[in-house]
Amino acid sequence: MERIAVQTNVLKANQEAALENRLSFEREGLLVMNLMSGPGAGKTSLLEATIQALRGQCQIGVIEGDLQTDLDAERIRALGVRAFQINTGTMCHLDARMISRALQEFPFDDLDLLVIENVGNLICPASYDLGEGLRVVLCSVAEGPEKPKKYPVMFHKADVILLNKIDLGMPSGEDQRELEKNVRDVNPRAKVFAISCRTGEGLVAWTEWLTSAVAIQRPNRLTAS
Amino acid sequence: MHEISVAISIVEIAEANARKQGARSIQLIKLVLGEFTTIVQEALEFAFEIARQDTLAAHARLVIEIAPMVVRCLSCGVIRSPVRDIILSCPQCGLPLEIVAGEDIQLEYIEVETENIAWSV
Repeated sequence: MERIAVQTNVLKANQEAALENRLSFEREGLLVMNLMSGPGAGKTSLLEATIQALRGQCQIGVIEGDLQTDLDAERIRALGVRAFQINTGTMCHLDARMISRALQEFPFDDLDLLVIENVGNLICPASYDLGEGLRVVLCSVAEGPEKPKKYPVMFHKADVILLNKIDLGMPSGEDQRELEKNVRDVNPRAKVFAISCRTGEGLVAWTEWLTSAVAIQRPNRLTAS
Repeated sequence: MHEISVAISIVEIAEANARKQGARSIQLIKLVLGEFTTIVQEALEFAFEIARQDTLAAHARLVIEIAPMVVRCLSCGVIRSPVRDIILSCPQCGLPLEIVAGEDIQLEYIEVETENIAWSV
């Protein structure tokens, strides 16, 4: 019997592929957002609202990850935005290699913002870096305020946390406040926006913030709004 | 449930290292699993039983050591472990805590049987 020291991170292959993606995004000055949430929190509705708000200001492309169907990509294409659907089959998350394969068929050099809508899942996508510059986690008030406590890794790693469906919260605002507190406990650094994609409440603050994040990444590509 | 992809990676990394040394089979794989990951130990052990089939690790034992989560306040220097309730603001100064350990899944070492060269029969 012989012992061989290995000392290797098990997710190394993904991290190496993510680094390659990140370098090519940086070469293009492209902001890439990895959008994650549980199923039904409103990722595609958020994208629709964000695309409409940024129309004419920057060029957006979308990569959609789902186990099956291209229904989400169709919703995005209906808005005149280029979308690419990845069907993962039975895989519960996107990984960096799936993104680099998609990018071979999906030109991104003319984009200002690439949004990758991950598979609806608050667990596995947290462990797979795709090479993104911005990690956005969406959580709806209607899911109950305890989600950040139950899925701390996902919430901890986010740069931005969006609390959606605030129109469905208690009239007293109690559940939204509790959700905000739980978000802060696991992630005191994240930028937090409370929004409703249905009523439009809070969306301006989010889209203005996003527009400036795109501008920082690629100052010369923004046209006057 | 991405433990199966993680288990497949573990077997692939172990096999690559075993082959480099000309090993005949892998007897043991030692893994250090961070407490603050999205991996469930029992699910990973079950996935490993499937992933190891028809590989050099077909009869290998997976030994998992849990690495506790350790946090540090960059402002007042407080180091805490274990971390309870995962509240990541410093209890003393209120500033964000940095996670310094417990976020990785690391393959530490493998134990292998190497090829026996028959000098005499």
